[in-house]
Amino acid sequence: MNINLTLFGQMVTFAIFVWFCMKFVWPVIIGAMEERQLKIAEGLDAADRSVRDLEAAQDKVANQMKEAKQEASGIVDQAHKRANQIVDEAKVLAVAEGVRLKVAAEAEIEQEINRAKEELRSAVAGLALAGAEKILEASIDDKANRVLIDKLAAQL
Amino acid sequence: MAGENPASTTEYIQHHLQNLVYGKLPAGFERETESGMEVLGADTWTMAHGASEAAAMGFWAIHVDSMGWSIGLGVLFCWVFRRAAVRATTGVPSGMLNFIEMIVEFIDGSVKDSFHGRNKMVAPLALTIFVWIFLMNLMDLLPVDLVPKLMGLAGVGYQKIVPSTDPNITMGMALGVFVLMIYYNIKIKGTGFVKELTMHPFNHWAFIPINLFMELVGLLAKPFSLGLRLFGNMYAGEMIFILIAMMFAAGAGTGLVFGGLNAQFFGEDTDGVFWLVIFTMVCGVCWMNLKGKISTGKTVLLTLGLLTIGGGVFALGGGLMQWGWAIFHILVITLQAFIFMVLTIVYLSMAHEEDH
Repeated sequence: MNINLTLFGQMVTFAIFVWFCMKFVWPVIIGAMEERQLKIAEGLDAADRSVRDLEAAQDKVANQMKEAKQEASGIVDQAHKRANQIVDEAKVLAVAEGVRLKVAAEAEIEQEINRAKEELRSAVAGLALAGAEKILEASIDDKANRVLIDKLAAQL
Repeated sequence: MAGENPASTTEYIQHHLQNLVYGKLPAGFERETESGMEVLGADTWTMAHGASEAAAMGFWAIHVDSMGWSIGLGVLFCWVFRRAAVRATTGVPSGMLNFIEMIVEFIDGSVKDSFHGRNKMVAPLALTIFVWIFLMNLMDLLPVDLVPKLMGLAGVGYQKIVPSTDPNITMGMALGVFVLMIYYNIKIKGTGFVKELTMHPFNHWAFIPINLFMELVGLLAKPFSLGLRLFGNMYAGEMIFILIAMMFAAGAGTGLVFGGLNAQFFGEDTDGVFWLVIFTMVCGVCWMNLKGKISTGKTVLLTLGLLTIGGGVFALGGGLMQWGWAIFHILVITLQAFIFMVLTIVYLSMAHEEDH
């Protein structure tokens, strides 16, 4: 076991290598590693955030779907209601029209009856006159007879 | 490699524990050269041949192998981490960068756990200590004979490839940490540091000498415990690798046939050649089996036979033990690097805190 100059040689060498490592090796590697660590952390954060965003978007979509469905069913209900209303209105209108038509028809019938009565009356008057003429033959004053006959006709 | 001869066993161990030293031989030193003894006329800076010359150099010497491996591994650390730093992006990291960031994050966590002051130097210091010491310890897992043998072939006599088994290296780092401790103690606490040394643990002026003594011992124990713990653990681990390697070699020497021939005709130095022959033959048998020329049963029998001839049962046991110890040692080298780092952080944290 000889202690000699090698001791100091090793000390100097040691110092040089430590200096080299401190200057050119350690900061570079550790810097790159820390930077990467940061990057990875950011990436993970971003991934988390996007998952949360996705969930929020899905929630939103579901909500909107629900709203749309509700709206649609509302519209359908309303349409049903409106259709019923229209049908009811149409019924009322139809009844009114029916009544009006009936009244008009009745009026016409009355008119027809009246007219027929008139015709019948004049026809009866003519007939009676002709009968009387035949009975009385020519002696009778036509004018005086006519008044009598019209009186008769009015009594019918 | 060494056989059963106790002298060569000792030599083997000593050879493994001898650093490659460059230093100043003092004037008047008797040097052994090829042409006989030579007395040096003046101080000479030279590469030491052997332990005695290394010892004679005293303080003015440097362990070329320890320094070389230590600086080389330090440069490797700086290069790899600098490359990662240049490529660091805030995007998705990949491959090597991932691994580096894992280490950096681990160190950062350890520092944040035990250091609460504000100091930009502690974390890079901890990173340097952990990775560098780990790399130095890791050299222990290379086969003990591999690099020294290769270096021997290249003409270099000694080679200790694990810098952390050299107390100079571990104490050098521990003293570096110690200097930082003192610096921050004074910078952060100012006179509070003097007060801490003199008025702890007995808060009375009469106890100042006792306090000073106790606190100084406590302070000085820190770098020593730091450096010597690492050194002791790594030295012991290396020692066990060497001992297992010797068993392996001894196993080869006790081979039934070749071992005997070896001892009779060739002496100790041919263990390597002998093993190469056995190894080649085993490889050949396996190759023939792969080519379908002999059956698997025969292959196993032939391999076992060859290994028995070569004393391979012992050798195989040695190899397995080497392997087992290496696996266990992976834990030790990591743990030691970690302990050195954590203690450094704790010591510096103490230097930053007013009351403890």
